Amino acid sequence: MALDELKIGGMGASRRRVEDNRFIRGKGRYVDDVVLPGMLHMEILRSPVAHARIKSIDTTAAWEVPGVRLVLTGETMAARNLAWMPTLSYDTQAVLATDKVRFQGQEVAAVIADDPYIAKDACSRIVVEYESLPAIVNPVQAQDPNAPLIRDDKENQATNKIFDWEIGDKEATDRAFAEADVVSTVDLHYPRSHPSPLEPCGSIADYDRATGKLTVYMTTQAPHIIRAAVSLVAELPEHMIRIISPDLGGGFGNKVPVYPGYVISILASILTERPVKWIEDKSGNLISTGFGRDVYLQGQLALRKDGKILGMRMHTVSDHGAFYADAQPTKFKIGLMHSTFAAYDVPAAHLTSEGFYTNKAPGGVAYRCSFRVTEAMFFQERMMHAAANDLGMDQADFRRVNLVKDDMFPYRTAFGFLTDSGQYGKCLDVALEAIGYDTFKEEQEEARKRGKLLGIGISTMTEPLGAGNSREYDILGIKMFDSAELRVHMTGKAILRTGAKTQGQGHETTWAQIVAHELGIPADDIVVEEGDTDTAPFGMGTYASRSTPVAGAAVAMVARKIRAKARKIAAHLLEVSEEDIEWELGRFYVRGNEERGVTIQDCALAAYSNVPDGLEPGLENVAYYDPPNLTWPFAAYVCKVEVDPQTGVWDVLKFVAVDDCGVRINPMIVEGQIMGGLTEAYAMASMQYITFDEEGNCIGSNYMDYLLPTAWETPGFELHEVVTPCPHHPIGAKGIGECATVGGPAAFVNAVMNAIEHTGVRNVDMPLMPNRVYEALQTGQNVSGMPPVKGD
Amino acid sequence: MTSLYEEVPAEVPANVPTRRVTVTVNGEKRTVDVEPRLLLAHMLRQALQLTGTHTGCDTTNCGACTVLFDGRPIKSCTMLAVQADGHDVETVEGLATASELHPIQEGFKQEHGLQCGYCTPGMMMASKALLERNPNPTEDEIRWALSGNLCRCTGYQNIVKSVMWAAEKMRAEEAE
Repeated sequence: MALDELKIGGMGASRRRVEDNRFIRGKGRYVDDVVLPGMLHMEILRSPVAHARIKSIDTTAAWEVPGVRLVLTGETMAARNLAWMPTLSYDTQAVLATDKVRFQGQEVAAVIADDPYIAKDACSRIVVEYESLPAIVNPVQAQDPNAPLIRDDKENQATNKIFDWEIGDKEATDRAFAEADVVSTVDLHYPRSHPSPLEPCGSIADYDRATGKLTVYMTTQAPHIIRAAVSLVAELPEHMIRIISPDLGGGFGNKVPVYPGYVISILASILTERPVKWIEDKSGNLISTGFGRDVYLQGQLALRKDGKILGMRMHTVSDHGAFYADAQPTKFKIGLMHSTFAAYDVPAAHLTSEGFYTNKAPGGVAYRCSFRVTEAMFFQERMMHAAANDLGMDQADFRRVNLVKDDMFPYRTAFGFLTDSGQYGKCLDVALEAIGYDTFKEEQEEARKRGKLLGIGISTMTEPLGAGNSREYDILGIKMFDSAELRVHMTGKAILRTGAKTQGQGHETTWAQIVAHELGIPADDIVVEEGDTDTAPFGMGTYASRSTPVAGAAVAMVARKIRAKARKIAAHLLEVSEEDIEWELGRFYVRGNEERGVTIQDCALAAYSNVPDGLEPGLENVAYYDPPNLTWPFAAYVCKVEVDPQTGVWDVLKFVAVDDCGVRINPMIVEGQIMGGLTEAYAMASMQYITFDEEGNCIGSNYMDYLLPTAWETPGFELHEVVTPCPHHPIGAKGIGECATVGGPAAFVNAVMNAIEHTGVRNVDMPLMPNRVYEALQTGQNVSGMPPVKGD
Repeated sequence: MTSLYEEVPAEVPANVPTRRVTVTVNGEKRTVDVEPRLLLAHMLRQALQLTGTHTGCDTTNCGACTVLFDGRPIKSCTMLAVQADGHDVETVEGLATASELHPIQEGFKQEHGLQCGYCTPGMMMASKALLERNPNPTEDEIRWALSGNLCRCTGYQNIVKSVMWAAEKMRAEEAE
């Protein structure tokens, strides 16, 4: 008599999305759709230059524009101790510049006016006198002993270096290299990229002097962290701050940090006592908000002749822009870069990292990845590709020799991570079979005779998703756990709230499916709410693929708490002891007498109308979930391309993705996440990057210069699945949102390299624009992406 | 003076020219006094409170603001409101009736053609224009017709399927 789980929209159902009902009618509610009575509008004046001393700012003419209510500069912010704010990586960042501007696009002044057009007009009337300084646009320049000091505002900051960091066992790694038959080397640049959600950032601050309460509508992926940050920065009591993150038009990591615009709009509302709306334009978003990547990746593998990896060395040099504002766990200066090679059995490894300030926008955000793992896995798979070639081994065979085997779990990596489950070899086999790997080499030779260049590229990887556990992972000291609150009403309907924040991932649909799975309440009877700090339980938000691993687990756990209480009520209703009660989906019954039972809805009604003595009434609870470990999904991506030798243009002939993300709650949504991620991977491999000229001008400040793939360029993807449940997650799920973005780029690049490496070229840095591929084909030389880049 | 915002400035700025425009929006005549520089997207969103039309890039690249202008898809972030005077504009809010979704809306839901929803109204309007001139498009024709609209979430594959789904339903309805 148990319910049919798929019929009630439980686990495994490709349930159509609840949130779509409003989005397809144009009734989503994004920050810019919110209109408050008496609302003013804010515009930010940005620096046109990358590095300059501010000699003077004259706002007189701006004040004279009719409709202008307030003009703010660094000086007015400084008078309230708000000219600088803390970043998520224990650095400071200018809110409005006082002394210098340190990157093009930095916030210099703000105008608050009756409408956004007036505010823009008035911004253009502000006169700023700059004394220009040489711009530093890459870490090489930053290290020059004669380089100007970018952060002269900081005490004890004598150079442009931010950190030196290392992890691993240097001695053991050195020994491995001493014993190696072959040493393989790569030297790569992972270019700066911008997550670029279609909706830019924005906020509406609404300070009510009568109640002392500040309400802020904000484009944020992590509302509770923002509440704490606003409390610290604006010196307002935390209980008088309400952050509401309404519908978000994408995030991809871009909407994790605290941006100056948010802080300025808050002060403007406090000063004007009116709601102040700030909506960034696209250029503002692209040139000033958190970018991803911008890391130089150098490394070596120590190899035995038979293909066994003996050791791995890696050195990263990262460009963090003018303020170290990375969003990442406190302990790790370069994120989870040391998750590199986690899929392979590597006995010894050593990683060293250096980070530098430059005159570029701050904030190495995790762009659709779990804290720099995109760089880690790109390095890993480009290194694997080069090593297989150096050994003269087949790419798939070389990976098979070194992948962690199914019987080796739990497996401790050389850097100390614990991977716990997977069928790596099987995933690879499924992918190779689907792409026709066995016959590819003949196909390639045959095509080459006809003047066609075919290539195949493999990328296999596992990545750490779903921080924390809280022993290891915190941001600014706040432990990385998450939460869910479930209220079951007397008619058996329910509301669920979590500390996560959906940006398109479909939480409103999938969280209800987890509750349906645990309680047998149909998913359609459960409404899901997120993003309002006054109502949602405390959580760390959505990024790093942590929603399902952490908040999703909390949903299962709170439902189990509810079920435990419902069991007591059922025993009371059935007049038997609790031990004699059995559970099947949606229903308790008396052991040995299946006919005698009560539904979860019966129990819900009784919780409000017929509670046994000694039991609290009501059927509501909260769970806080601190995961015992990260989750480790695995992916095998294989790509087949054809390169046109006349132009350097390459086309994807076929792309196969095999993902093992454990148990899939909603397969339709999981596949949507994978296809979206693969498209961003294709974007980074083929066209999407932000670079700078010698003067620090951002090349890529709008969508005419910053290329994003359209439906026309984007290839089709063939998806397959392997399921290895996560051993510690309550429903066996692993993170998935970012796997494809993380593992995908190397598959594309390895494929193009495979097509052209007969010319002797070992590497072309991303993006593989046709001109770069053409140059490599013509010269047989590597093509570096080291900025400043000319001619792209 | 612009009629966009409820709050009237204390000192009304002198010499701000306005034009009265009448636009048929989703079949209904709407009249607004606008500054000549006001963008059509902003008139739709603020004066007419049709916030389903989103602005993404301000440079005619992303297509989030796509509406139908006399039946043709245009990007309303780079058209002035005064240019729409006397014309016919159709937005996402005009797709469904009170009781029934348009097949394109159904298609996007059935085939998971959206995630964050920000590009969706523009995508659906561009799809509508395509299906009106080509009721049985190939995958390539759909991809080409939507190449002026960016999506950062889906990877387009399911958007293509959504349009295929809608096309089939519309042809079936036509045949009835």
